[in-house]
Amino acid sequence: MKLTGAQILIESLKAEGVEAIFGIPGGAIMPVYDVLFDSGIAHILTRHEQGAIHAAEGYARTTGKVGVCMATSGPGATNLVTGLVDALMDSTPIVAITGQVPTHLIGTDGFQEADIYGISIPATKYNYLVRDVNKLAQIVAEAFYIARTGRPGPVLIDLPKDIQLAVTEYVKPKPVSLPCYDQYFQEINETQVDKAIQAIEEAERPVIYVGGGVIISGAHQELYEFAKRTHIPVTTTLMGLGSFPGTDELSLGMLGMHGTKYANYAMGEADLIIALGARFDDRVTGKVSEFARNAKIVHVDIDAAEINKIVYAHIPIRGDVKKVLQVFLKKLDKAKLKTYDKWHKQIQEWKTQYPLTYENSEDEVIPQYVVEQIYEATKGEAIITVGVGQHQMWAAQYYRFQAPRSWVSSSGLGTMGFGFPAAIGAQVAYPHRTVFTIDGDGSFQMTIQELATAVQYHLPIKIAILNNGYLGMVRQWQQLFFKGRYSHTFLGSPDFVKIAEGYGAVGMLITKKAEVRPAIEKALETDNTVVMDFRIPQEDNVFPMIPAGGTLKQMIG
Amino acid sequence: MLHTLSLLVRNHPGVLSHVAGLFTRRGYNIESISVGVTENPELSRMTIAVGGDERVVQQIIKQCQKLVDVLSIKDLKYDESITRELAVFVVKTPTNQSRAEIIQIAGVFNARVADMSETSIMIEVTGNQRQIDSITRLLAQYGIEEMARTGIVALTFPSKRKPEDSSERE
Ligand SMILES: Cc1cc2nc3c(=O)[nH]c(=O)nc-3n(C[C@H](O)[C@H](O)[C@H](O)COP(=O)(O)OP(=O)(O)OC[C@H]3O[C@@H](n4cnc5c(N)ncnc54)[C@H](O)[C@@H]3O)c2cc1C
Ligand SMILES: Cc1ncc(C[n+]2csc(CCOP(=O)(O)OP(=O)(O)O)c2C)c(N)n1
Ligand SMILES: [Mg+2]
Repeated sequence: MKLTGAQILIESLKAEGVEAIFGIPGGAIMPVYDVLFDSGIAHILTRHEQGAIHAAEGYARTTGKVGVCMATSGPGATNLVTGLVDALMDSTPIVAITGQVPTHLIGTDGFQEADIYGISIPATKYNYLVRDVNKLAQIVAEAFYIARTGRPGPVLIDLPKDIQLAVTEYVKPKPVSLPCYDQYFQEINETQVDKAIQAIEEAERPVIYVGGGVIISGAHQELYEFAKRTHIPVTTTLMGLGSFPGTDELSLGMLGMHGTKYANYAMGEADLIIALGARFDDRVTGKVSEFARNAKIVHVDIDAAEINKIVYAHIPIRGDVKKVLQVFLKKLDKAKLKTYDKWHKQIQEWKTQYPLTYENSEDEVIPQYVVEQIYEATKGEAIITVGVGQHQMWAAQYYRFQAPRSWVSSSGLGTMGFGFPAAIGAQVAYPHRTVFTIDGDGSFQMTIQELATAVQYHLPIKIAILNNGYLGMVRQWQQLFFKGRYSHTFLGSPDFVKIAEGYGAVGMLITKKAEVRPAIEKALETDNTVVMDFRIPQEDNVFPMIPAGGTLKQMIG
Repeated sequence: MLHTLSLLVRNHPGVLSHVAGLFTRRGYNIESISVGVTENPELSRMTIAVGGDERVVQQIIKQCQKLVDVLSIKDLKYDESITRELAVFVVKTPTNQSRAEIIQIAGVFNARVADMSETSIMIEVTGNQRQIDSITRLLAQYGIEEMARTGIVALTFPSKRKPEDSSERE
């Protein structure tokens, strides 16, 4: 069968099971859009390419499937770059397809030419510039394979216009095999698991430290069983939220800079840390030389380069954490397990002495209260996406996630403006679930134009702006570390209600505590995109806090 | 300490950018890099000299191993491999005596005289890094007008190849 490059691309996307593409057309990608028109694949037209890729990330993070976005050459392609890096940092599977000027114009500064291949090398897991239409089908198959397997990540395919138009015989791709991937298929080293189990038997104060890898791997059930059987408390990173029920008695909540005191104390006192798909980020370790000094470290990760990168692992175990935990579970039958009573008593004391709390108010709208009310109103079952800043931390602390893939946060790159378009992707994936964006006034304004997208496609996303009129997180640092000199962090506030209405969404202004819950309930009943402007105190801070590069002793709040 | 890494990579226009990009992105220092095709035209061999302590070099190796284009990577041990560089010098020869001395030095290093003019001489030499460093130092006394150096190419001695080295997946 003879097909054009554009047709081959769309056929290949169908073969990969792609159901939705997020993107914006332009000159250099028009042949592809022409085929897309009646292809049966849904396309969501965002208002900015950054919105498209964040939506694809939201789709990928909530489903576990590869998110697909599309853009034209030049400015369309460069607008994707932030999202590519974001996906790389948070190990999110994305395939980004960009149009490119025709091959004979490449290198001539042609109209809307940008070297997105060169630009995206450090921003992707891998990338392609297609120069031969006969290789296209194989490249697409390889791109999806690379994006979703091993440690997932973004892959970019740059497709010149003449290749889109070139005609060739369509040959189905061969099964993908990559030599660099052999490492991911190695057997799990069971001796290492035996050593880890011995360490569990010997430990007095063990902690399980869970990261995003457990969610990627779909290992939450194995984790639950592992924790329950070994009686070891569980703390998760920002990326790991949802991998273990936040309400479980073994849960310590989040650790790190804005983690719970008891999680951080437990890490500091632990004699054994079992790290599962977590990468010892500096927001978690603080000062590395002081981090978990008393602990033996078991580090399970699929990516060999993560092991010994930041912290020395006494017992490294390379492999998919779900498979590794299955080996653990099998071997636990013969292990001499403990109940660590003294340790649990100690943790309970910390929990009582240093609970995660905040000062509520009689009439004011307190941000933590808003998050709690959203949690209760949605029974903890909503998909929550967030921007970056204080509101992100409050959401992480007070929404007690029960299930994996229900929390979508730009964590590694910390991209303001991520939350709302990510919610678009999540709502496209799950039309019947409640999708909430808990956003900052600053973050929301970075991708606010996507209100048009949400309204156009009837996506009933609820946006809760925790509006402090500030770039709050930066203001908090200025208050704490820069003598209160609020250099260029004041935002003031636009009329978000009017903006919402201007886009055809519903706007609500909430200025009193008593209005909070009714507003949330009303929003949940509304079958439209809703923007809730919660006016919170301007200078509330996120606590507890361990300053960057600091230690437990320097914890504030 | 300087390590010599030998990478077998897929041969396509972007591969050098991918490998070099990794080094830039992660802040690793390349002392030298050389690339050439192998007996299989679809594969290139890259030889990279890097500095760093054992932990850094281990990180570099693991990060390189993850690159989709990298088929294999080896940290070549000095006594188990041949490492060679080519250097070319143009040295001033104001007097007949200096010219004679330079030719003598060249002889010691098995270097070849590639060209000569009234006032200068061109020397071509291959050797390991230490040898090239030595001849460079000696020739510098006479005044080096120009020089070019290739960076290392290296391979494991067949007699020192270990079974796991056959992990060179072609
Ligand atoms: C304002 C702000 C404040 C922050 N504060 C905190 C904080 O207080 N606490 C906190 O924890 N974070 C915080 N973060 C987030 C932090 O920057 C990091 O993004 C986060 O800690 C990394 O999470 P992780 O270790 O789970 O790694 P991830 O980035 O989720 O990486 C996943 C790891 O799992 C591995 N993996 C992937 N798939 C598999 C598999 N199948 N099997 C095994 N392993 C696998 C990967 O190789 C990788 O090592 C903050 C971010 C922002 C923006
Ligand atoms: C794109 C981008 N620019 C700048 C920053 C630095 N930054 C981190 S948090 C923050 C303030 C966020 O303000 P807002 O969205 O209102 O959230 P708040 O902290 O007030 O809850 C800024 C500017 C960033 N993370 N991302
Ligand atoms: Mg704000």
